[in-house]
Amino acid sequence: MKIIACVKRVIDYNVRVQINRDGDGVVTDGVKMSMNPFDEIAVEEGLRLKEKGVATELIAVSIGGSESQQQLRTALAMGADRAILVENDAPLIPLGAAHILLRIIEKEQPGLVILGKQAIDDDRNQTGQMLAALWGRPQATFASALEINGEKASVTREIDAGMETIEVDLPAVVTTDLRLNEPRFVKMPDIMKAKRKTLDVIAAASLDLPSIPNVVTSNFSPPPTREAGIKVESVEQLVDVMKTRGLI
Amino acid sequence: MSERDVMEYDLVVVGAGPAGLSTAIRYKQLNPEATVCVLEKASEIGAHILSGAVMEPGYLDTLLPEWREHKPAICVAAQKDRFAWLTQTRAYRLPTPPQQKNHGNYIISLGSLCKWMAEKAEELEIDVFPGFAGATALFNDADEVIGVRCGDMGVNKAGEHGPAYAPGVDIHAKFTVLSEGCRGSISKQLIRKYQLDTGKSPQTYGLGFKELWQLPAGRTRPGTIQHTIGWPLDSKTYGGSFLYELDDDRVYIGFVTGLDYADPNFSPFEAFQQFKNHPINKKLLDGGEILSAGARTIVEGGLQSLPTMDMPGALLAGDSAGTINVTKIKGIHMAIGTGMLAAEHLSEAATTSGFDARWRASKLNAELHKVRNIRPGFNKGLWRGLLTAVIETVTLGKLPRTLQNHADHNSLTKLAEHSDPDYQWVERQLPPRDRLASVYFASNAHEEDQPVHLKVADTDLCISKCTVEYGNPCTRFCPAGVYEIVEDADGARRLQINSSNCVHCKACDIKDPYEQINWVTPEGGSGPNYQNL
Repeated sequence: MKIIACVKRVIDYNVRVQINRDGDGVVTDGVKMSMNPFDEIAVEEGLRLKEKGVATELIAVSIGGSESQQQLRTALAMGADRAILVENDAPLIPLGAAHILLRIIEKEQPGLVILGKQAIDDDRNQTGQMLAALWGRPQATFASALEINGEKASVTREIDAGMETIEVDLPAVVTTDLRLNEPRFVKMPDIMKAKRKTLDVIAAASLDLPSIPNVVTSNFSPPPTREAGIKVESVEQLVDVMKTRGLI
Repeated sequence: MSERDVMEYDLVVVGAGPAGLSTAIRYKQLNPEATVCVLEKASEIGAHILSGAVMEPGYLDTLLPEWREHKPAICVAAQKDRFAWLTQTRAYRLPTPPQQKNHGNYIISLGSLCKWMAEKAEELEIDVFPGFAGATALFNDADEVIGVRCGDMGVNKAGEHGPAYAPGVDIHAKFTVLSEGCRGSISKQLIRKYQLDTGKSPQTYGLGFKELWQLPAGRTRPGTIQHTIGWPLDSKTYGGSFLYELDDDRVYIGFVTGLDYADPNFSPFEAFQQFKNHPINKKLLDGGEILSAGARTIVEGGLQSLPTMDMPGALLAGDSAGTINVTKIKGIHMAIGTGMLAAEHLSEAATTSGFDARWRASKLNAELHKVRNIRPGFNKGLWRGLLTAVIETVTLGKLPRTLQNHADHNSLTKLAEHSDPDYQWVERQLPPRDRLASVYFASNAHEEDQPVHLKVADTDLCISKCTVEYGNPCTRFCPAGVYEIVEDADGARRLQINSSNCVHCKACDIKDPYEQINWVTPEGGSGPNYQNL
């Protein structure tokens, strides 16, 4: 079975994200970029399935500018067999991403597609679900455990009420939650090997995509700053202050 | 458990700063067939680099002339120099010392420059490995350095191997170059092992703080460079400030204190914050916001404290040795120049031996020789220091004398003999409120479940002796609040080390009066994530 793991290049989770001076986006110049942590979990899960002998090939797929090759190289260094970058510099909403991924799926015919449940940049949590719908295959989102039994996958999902285990027919789409696994450290010799692995670059324009209306965020602004509080010495004083401010 | 991998290279460089990257790039330019790798403990190149920084471009022009077409994210041509002496409320303009005139120089982010240099290195097929810390040197039976071992990954707090445990790679190389920056941890081991500092003056250091601010429009004059001395330090303490005005309404502001300060109650962090509240700065910064901040020690001993820079199998380059020109307040050109010379030596001589002599016969040595007496002149206070500086400048350093440095760890006065000086510090209003609020701007990240990388030999001594003698100065000199004395429920006091706050400045390794703190590399990729510093 072939597995596709999807990888998105995002601002690193340690970075303090800042709104740019025009207010129409965030500062990305000179900012550290990384693989979306949920996608790292997706790649790791693919590798584990390969190591168990369930999967035969793991393909890492990304959509983005040519810089996204860095994140695909990381996936290759972790152990993915090959990578595909769909080069696209235009803004993309999850539906557009799902359509692009569908084209790759049609070509590669994977038995399983694993994605992060969301990307930490826009936190939309939609691409996996939309992809499953477009592909016409089952979806198992927020996975914290995954087991493949022949033509079916048993997936434990993290839901509001606790855990839920469902069974889906393969091929299927699975999106990862934090507890699914702990991704491995990349090893130095594997970084060297990754440099020689295949990384195909395809232009998004060559994929015969349907036209999708885009959503443009025109303005970003920080939440209003909280005014400094005051220290009170006693409960009585607190009550007094609240009374004078008309709060009680 | 997985096996420890071994990788072979012709040259391994530890630390992707200006010295290390220059060594690697120059070596590969001269030996295109050679295999070269550069290790860097930061999660990405430049993320642990913090420097003023005004750069003399000469050596970089020689190494990578194309840099002028690909300027780093922050790069502003120097326009105007100002030098002033501060009192609590006033600033008195002084003539700019000739060494500090910056015409033709550039204000840069050294982190961004290194990131660009690393890309150039990769284009030359040098393997650059961010996220891998060189932890210890490796030796053969003849006691020659044969490479370095990278730190293990995935070890838990108790020192046990976690589920993701990955042993660090051993890198074997014909030549090892240590370019770890000030007080590098492998450099420290090797200086001790090969006694490279024998017959040299003790090394002395400074602790520098730096913040990048975004200001309301129209306040800055890009390219203006201001240095001050005086307040908030007293005249016995060496140090001063820098303020570099950038484009897009941004400024770098920073403060350096000599770590040979005597007052055990002194807080270098507080001195920096006080400086920001001086009227000349406050009106500039008020209403702005901090984008990024951090701290790093600076090696200040100059020529007389410079260790022997070669040893069997390895070299020291840049501030691992201490090639900075403190009087000019510039080290980048010296680091690049030293790195290039190291590479040239290795490719011509095919041995590390003889590099020290070659360096000392170079114009890099001559540059430091000229200013060698200026920093130690300040050991007798600000006014004597300024006088020495004038004399040494006028005589071009030709007087037949070399003033000596003193070590920093034994410069503190004991509490019993100490009375607090009046620094005339003010109630400050600008952010950050305290050190923890400041660390936030360093975007610091350490995996919490890993061994403490600040090895304190005897923590009982902290309570039994240090509290009494010096009042635990580590709780004040650390810029990130790593060291805390806490009281347990039973009233017993103990040292708590908040190692995940550490910004890798190395001040504790230097200033601890009992020399019992050893800074070792944490898991690769840990530490600050400086941006544009």
